[in-house]
Amino acid sequence: MPNRSFIRLTLAACAAALVAGMTLAQAQAPGYRAPRAPDGKANLNGIWQAMNTAHWDIEAHSAAPGPVLELGAAGAIPAGLGVVEGGPLPYRPEALARRNENRANRLKLDPEVKCYLPGVPRATYMPFPFQIIQSQKHVMLVYEYAGAVRTVYMTDHVEAPADSWMGWSNGRWEGDTLVVDTRGFNDLSWFDRAGNFHSDALHVVERFTPRSADTLNYEVTVEDPKVFTRPWKMSMPLYRRVEPNAQILEFRCVEFVEELLYGHLKKQSGK
Amino acid sequence: MPPRQDFRDPDLVNVAAPQRAGRMSASTNPMTTRLFGTLVVMVLAALTLDAQRATYRVPRTPDGQPDLQGFWSNSTYTPLERPDNVTKEFYTPDEAAAFEKAAAAREAAQTEPGTVADVHYDFSQFGLDRSQSTLARSLRTSLIVDPPNGKLPPITAEGKRILAARAEEAKRLGGRWDSAQSNQLDDRCIIMAGPGPPMMDAAYNSNYHIVQAPGYVMILTEMIHDVRIIPLDASTRREPRSRPEEGQASGSPRAESRGDGRLNAPDRLRQWMGVSRGRWDGDTLVIETTNFNGKNPFRGSTENLRVTERLRRVADDTIEYNFTVEDRSMWERPWSAEALMRKTSGPLFEHACHEGNYGLYNTLVGARREEQQAAEAAAKKDSK
Amino acid sequence: MNRRSLVSIGLLTLASPVVLSVNLAGQAPAASAARAVPAAKAAAPKPYTPPKTPDGQPDLQGFWTNSTYVPLERPQGVTKEFYTPEEAEAAIKAAAAREAEQTEPGTTADVHYDFSQFGLDRSQSTFARSLRTSLIVDPPDGRMPPVNDEGKKRAAERAAARKQAGGPYDAVQNMPIGSRCIIMGGAGPPLMNAGYNANYHIVQSPGYVMILTEMIHDVRIIPLDNRAAPDRNLRQWVGVSRGRWEGNTLVVETTNFNGRNPVRGASENMKVTERFTRVADDMIEYKFTIEDPATWDRPWSAEAPLAKTNGPIFEFACHETNYGIANILAGARAEEKAAAEHKKGSN
Repeated sequence: MPNRSFIRLTLAACAAALVAGMTLAQAQAPGYRAPRAPDGKANLNGIWQAMNTAHWDIEAHSAAPGPVLELGAAGAIPAGLGVVEGGPLPYRPEALARRNENRANRLKLDPEVKCYLPGVPRATYMPFPFQIIQSQKHVMLVYEYAGAVRTVYMTDHVEAPADSWMGWSNGRWEGDTLVVDTRGFNDLSWFDRAGNFHSDALHVVERFTPRSADTLNYEVTVEDPKVFTRPWKMSMPLYRRVEPNAQILEFRCVEFVEELLYGHLKKQSGK
Repeated sequence: MPPRQDFRDPDLVNVAAPQRAGRMSASTNPMTTRLFGTLVVMVLAALTLDAQRATYRVPRTPDGQPDLQGFWSNSTYTPLERPDNVTKEFYTPDEAAAFEKAAAAREAAQTEPGTVADVHYDFSQFGLDRSQSTLARSLRTSLIVDPPNGKLPPITAEGKRILAARAEEAKRLGGRWDSAQSNQLDDRCIIMAGPGPPMMDAAYNSNYHIVQAPGYVMILTEMIHDVRIIPLDASTRREPRSRPEEGQASGSPRAESRGDGRLNAPDRLRQWMGVSRGRWDGDTLVIETTNFNGKNPFRGSTENLRVTERLRRVADDTIEYNFTVEDRSMWERPWSAEALMRKTSGPLFEHACHEGNYGLYNTLVGARREEQQAAEAAAKKDSK
Repeated sequence: MNRRSLVSIGLLTLASPVVLSVNLAGQAPAASAARAVPAAKAAAPKPYTPPKTPDGQPDLQGFWTNSTYVPLERPQGVTKEFYTPEEAEAAIKAAAAREAEQTEPGTTADVHYDFSQFGLDRSQSTFARSLRTSLIVDPPDGRMPPVNDEGKKRAAERAAARKQAGGPYDAVQNMPIGSRCIIMGGAGPPLMNAGYNANYHIVQSPGYVMILTEMIHDVRIIPLDNRAAPDRNLRQWVGVSRGRWEGNTLVVETTNFNGRNPVRGASENMKVTERFTRVADDMIEYKFTIEDPATWDRPWSAEAPLAKTNGPIFEFACHETNYGIANILAGARAEEKAAAEHKKGSN
């Protein structure tokens, strides 16, 4: 029969191991373990959608009338608590002036109005779903809005060969978190409808972490030394579209904006 | 809306794609005898592969699907319909090489200075012409294999009415440069030939990226970054069932297809690329697509178009791509084609067509300017 | 006033002040601790223990009204804090008579529908009684503290802006916020007597208290989880509220107002603290404190009890049938046109 001190020692050792294990677990993940994809990585496949007003304004904002009178309440801006962490965006002074000018002229300047590709991370929180198609070599992010698509290269990491609207994404796993590192943006997209913008020096790191069967944590670090004085972060949950027939549908908006873009170049009848 | 015209029509090559201001150059791409010989060899190599196909075993994705993943090209010189002066189904290798050479020469000819074609940027200069791309070549004289004459079947009476109505509508919309809406879908950057379905050679950048995940096959078409996400029938999925303690089933819910062959997308939902559902039939991916919006007729098709595609990987670098087109409003009978997809190197680049569509804007401005100048000239003449 | 209501008023007169005053004396909050209870009242009955909701919150649920004849500020000429029951009754009677007067044919007031005809006047509805001479309990003189310089400046700016905007019927934006069906006095915070339909519905669920104000179906959903105030760029007409229980008292703090519906001239940085304590089956003691250093150099507080009333609360679709605004503006434009034509004719 083991003596008391041996028992005490064993108990102490067990306690220590338990504490160490708990500490390690806390450092790794918040407690939810997602099902596995066939290759053993966390399975992020699915149709996801943000549910907030970040697409209007990523900073906190009150409800306000919209820019189009005839739309009335249907085009008005809902309030939002903001998705940017830690207060207002850290604009450089001249950049802030440009942001305010963007906001004052957004009907003319917002690329979304012209059905241009939304850029990153705006594509994530547009009020449309997107689908993650996950294979070992590529994770595809397929957005309903404007048919935008991003290829996340999980192997074969290279630098962006040229600038583009959606950037060039290299991805890797950190535990169950998909980390997507994107550069190679042009300076033509915005972060939201409120005029928040970036330059071609934009660098975005996104982290997709499963937090429950039907939600992801989406955290984004944004860096752009030409526009902001320091990097900043935004975060939001993403919700799975669980209806049995969920699918990404077409939102080919180019034809919806042709009258807006080219109507003034129409041949006048009678000539 | 004028019927979508074939990119390969040499008269249209110069206006077939969104323009970007490019250097006008007299560079040529001469076909030498040596290159001709190479063509013959490559064609023969394609034939040899047939023997290997019988023993080829398709690799599997981690979830057990036949693996179609990778970058593929369906660039080809083979026309959809058999040329009028051809009656047989297959060329000899020499004939195929000659055919290809002639087609390549036509592509290069566009750089003749002083021609309308030359206003367009030089395909071959940027390596975009088919002769410089990964060709999915075969000896076929046409992609159409049924009807056996390699041509589209006769058009129904209703089809003729529909075509006439479309012509009327096109007339009403006006000339090609009268407005954005009266121009071609590809110039408007709405949709091009590549995604289909069925997927067709796009004249350049005829590239696809296929990615598979449990329950889905995704096909990304380079122009215009179109993505088809094809859900697979649950009964044919092969991914391992997730264990109960791991939570929900992997992947997201899939659409079910009814046993009677009808797909369950609501009738009122119409899309440019239709709505697709897929299933595995052995090693063959069968995709059925309905619910087209009819605004992008495929060789005249209507919103009643149904396309059935069959993809089977027959070699590491080859996918056999067969498709059947059915549209009782247009054709008396279904018709089918066989094409190939050849492995090509990635990656695919973003094709931000609309975002850079200076071409459409500039041609409209130019057309309005011309009208104005003509009006001014006429006014001046009148005042004399 | 009809006989039935007089009888019920009489009953209430007997019952409520006793309960109210005794329970108030039994409270320990800071503002009322030093107040004297009228000596004539009975000895303290046993203290009231509110029932609990299934999740353990003191139960404030039900239909309540803050309709009252007690003014916010103590009337001129009154110095004491409480009326005698007879004085209170007389004050109520006088106020009720004034309400009834509006039906004098030929007066401007008569154009408005007759409150009393529809039973909307206070004398025909449940109202929360008290013997107080003012709702304001602090400052002790029962009147608002003086407005400081910053507050005066803001008031002047607002007046100038109003003048700049033109006449009261020049544009819808010049008309009162309540007439525009944007928000009315009942919603607050703080909850103020709306004049009629001064009704509330309180519902509680784990972690939340919900207060529905009849006019204009405003709902405040008050979380009870000690969360911080939101970013200062988020502004709302009713501010943003967060609550917590202190014993049997619900304490609600509200900030982030948009400043467009100021309480007595307050700025957008006003902070309102409300305290709800159920002191009887049919009464909630409701106290509020207003802090706004941009307007007053000291906070001020009031007590305005909520009395149980009958439900249900009906939908108040104000904007949807706001013929008033359309008709008033059309009438004003017609008057201008007539005046212009008359002028033309006489030239």
